Amino acid sequence: MSNTASIVSTQHEATSHRHINPWLLTAFAIALLVGLPIASVFWIALFPEENIWAHLADTVLPHYVFTTLALLAGVGGLAILIGVGTAWLVTMCRFPGRRFFEWALLLPFAVPAYVIAYVYTDLLEYAGPVQGLLRELFGWSTARDYWFPDIRTLGGAIIMLALVLYPYIYMLARASFLEQSANIQAASRTLGCTPWQSFYRVSLPMARPGIAVGLSLVSMETINDFGTVDFFAVKSLSAGIYDTWLNMGNLGGAAQIASLMLVFVVMLITVERIGRAKQRQYHGADRYRELVSYPLNGARKAAAVTACLIPFAAGFLIPVLVLGYYAWDNFAYSWNDQFVTIARNSFLLSASAAAVACLIGVLLAYTKRLNQRRSLAIAVNFSGLGYAMPGAVLAIGVLIPFAAFDNALDSFMRESFGISTGLLLSGTTFAVLFAYVVRFLAIASGSVESSLAKVTPTMDMAARSLGLNSLQTLWRVHLPLIRGGLMTGALVVFVDCMKELPATLILRPFNFDTLATHVYQFASDEMIEEAALGSLLIVLVGLLPVILLSRSIASANGARKR
Amino acid sequence: MLTLNRLKQAAALSVLPIAATLVPAQAQAEEVNIYSYRQAFLIEPILDAFTEETGIKANVVFAKKGLVERLENEGQNSKADLVLTADSGRLYDVVNRGLTQPIDSAVIDANIPAHYRDPDGQWVALTARSRIVYASKERVKEGELKTYEDLADPKWKGRICTRSGKHSYNLSLIGSMIAHHGEEGAEKWLEGVKANLARKPQGNDRAQVKAVKEGVCDLAIGNTYYFGKMLHNTKNPEQVDWANSVNLIFPNQGDRGAHMNITGAAVTKYAPNKEAAVKLIEFLSGAKAQEMYAQVNYEFPVRPGTPLAGLVKEHMSDFKGDQLSLAEVAKNRAAAAKLVDKVGFDN
Repeated sequence: MSNTASIVSTQHEATSHRHINPWLLTAFAIALLVGLPIASVFWIALFPEENIWAHLADTVLPHYVFTTLALLAGVGGLAILIGVGTAWLVTMCRFPGRRFFEWALLLPFAVPAYVIAYVYTDLLEYAGPVQGLLRELFGWSTARDYWFPDIRTLGGAIIMLALVLYPYIYMLARASFLEQSANIQAASRTLGCTPWQSFYRVSLPMARPGIAVGLSLVSMETINDFGTVDFFAVKSLSAGIYDTWLNMGNLGGAAQIASLMLVFVVMLITVERIGRAKQRQYHGADRYRELVSYPLNGARKAAAVTACLIPFAAGFLIPVLVLGYYAWDNFAYSWNDQFVTIARNSFLLSASAAAVACLIGVLLAYTKRLNQRRSLAIAVNFSGLGYAMPGAVLAIGVLIPFAAFDNALDSFMRESFGISTGLLLSGTTFAVLFAYVVRFLAIASGSVESSLAKVTPTMDMAARSLGLNSLQTLWRVHLPLIRGGLMTGALVVFVDCMKELPATLILRPFNFDTLATHVYQFASDEMIEEAALGSLLIVLVGLLPVILLSRSIASANGARKR
Repeated sequence: MLTLNRLKQAAALSVLPIAATLVPAQAQAEEVNIYSYRQAFLIEPILDAFTEETGIKANVVFAKKGLVERLENEGQNSKADLVLTADSGRLYDVVNRGLTQPIDSAVIDANIPAHYRDPDGQWVALTARSRIVYASKERVKEGELKTYEDLADPKWKGRICTRSGKHSYNLSLIGSMIAHHGEEGAEKWLEGVKANLARKPQGNDRAQVKAVKEGVCDLAIGNTYYFGKMLHNTKNPEQVDWANSVNLIFPNQGDRGAHMNITGAAVTKYAPNKEAAVKLIEFLSGAKAQEMYAQVNYEFPVRPGTPLAGLVKEHMSDFKGDQLSLAEVAKNRAAAAKLVDKVGFDN
């Protein structure tokens, strides 16, 4: 792509010779703004009040690193297995329930990891129904009489996280499979590939960019998950950050671990980009035919149904039933006027954050397309790092520049005009919104970028040679083409914001709750029953975008058939 | 001069209309703004009683982390008047960063004994609790465990449960061990306790008592008020069984007494509603709120002469508490955290 794209940009530069490029200017300004909190965290890491690094490296750090690597490998592997496997099944095979599973497999995405962890602990612990039944059946009386797998372990955390994170990979893998030209599939079959070989040697490699994006999202969610690892006493880097900050009172040390964590993430992103750069493929808009799907029968049919049923049941159905049961029991206590306000807060904040993140995502990705500049690529990548930072640490990163701005403005206004502006931005919903955008921008710009990458540069050239300027090209050519990807990005950001907890807690105004903070004050005290209604609502609201999403995938599919 | 200032103000307001609209209007009703490390639902009933009595509205931001950092960065423009904490460690953290101002109130001084107040008036304790041992009624004989030191005795191998060693409550306990035995002595003790653990530290204090009930371990370390919360839990009746499966052991009754911790309040350095903040602390240290703390949350009132009722009176009123200064414990917390890492307590 670089050759053709640089043609576009050369043409562009030739026309706007010696003018300040407004795209570049805006993109750099926004990348800088979004990068501020991240830079603040590095700042704290570089100049800690008391340097605790030596102590950490001597004692707990190796353990944190090892645990994190094991967690990443486990969750990544399991999520790929579930996500790619089921995506292939529902896209390419015919079996009973396929239409249902197409969208049902997305549902676990609406369940926050910490909620599923609470639910399964409740079910599988000693006093829970499963072990209770076993004890009754076999006449055991105490925990010492028998062995039962402990869910509060590294393995348990891997399963919990994979169950709610695999939809990232499922979604992107499925989109990739759907976008693949039926001609290529047909060609591979004519050349003698079995269906399996066709999958393994043609479809899978072609879907790799999508899967890689999904995997990097899964990895980043895994690396900064705190709720689950904390509850399961798994000492990952993320747990270590909080420990160092809160229990050792050393924010600098925490920021240092956070920075170390970013090294992991940058490595992940680099690997993903290298993988993506190696293979670029475009397809004309007119060569689609419906993919040939394989009918399954007998044992294969049963196996396909089971393979789709397990992640759906374990990741969605069971947790929702358990939550529903508790919510029913506690309904009178949990349901009140406050609850409506809280739900509205969550909804409005998340929707605004999703809109802003997508707007910025389009701006950054399109500017990158117009200008193949290294410095811009670095700035854009840097602004996406917020996704890899634990929410609470990022919140501190937001606090610092906001409060500094407020106080500087205040003292300026006091000195020059004798009036106090107080805290304009700190402690407002704007601060929370900003934190959401910084945290989840990577998702929005990532999905826009991967959609844009599929639009062949000849489109740009054609549009520009027909007299459209760059803004008109974006509006009339690209946006309609990437609508699906943009929508996906927006919805993922929306759901993630609904679930966001630590940054909201720290930055919010007085007397302000979102569903997540509301649930948290109970769940953090292991009072899952009181938290059930709120959790259920997070899940249900999270379902809306999932439904929209599956519809848009389906309609894209339908449009293609036409 | 006056007119000049007026002009400047007018100019500023016209130049910055957006900023002007963002400035919150001066509140008509009296308010007090709280940064709380204690869960909102725990303090809500008491705050409601305060509003009812004084007409002052209480606004709350609750978080378990980051509020001190927020206060520090907001600086002199912070709207927070008051910080409420769930332990002495966090209280000293706020004070040591210079984010508080002395509380000067004869009412508070009369309500709360001097050892539950900062000598410089920077903080006030509101409730107290002890960190004790919950022992299985079935498997631990009376008098078998008498002191915290006994927890390191090899005879308890594989029989003790506790939450993370890094949790604030455990750090205070370890900090007190450092104060009494020196760092080396405390390290040896902590290694001994670690060797006796039935499982990797996990869950909260309640989960440890539950583990005793389930036979995972015989001794659990926990704060006193959890006993009341379990025994009188109408929503989750199974917790009543957990509480009924254990005896409460207040350690070291023969010498220094059981380890004590507090929850407390401090007024922020730049509190915009300082008067209301002090009024709130006066209320929280008063007879009514103190009684509510004991009744609702099973904590020990710090106001002498607060009538005790029910469970707190029955199970927890007659014991000797360690008189070690809270400042001393707070000073040792950093060292305690490092000890936990050093002996790999949580691994």
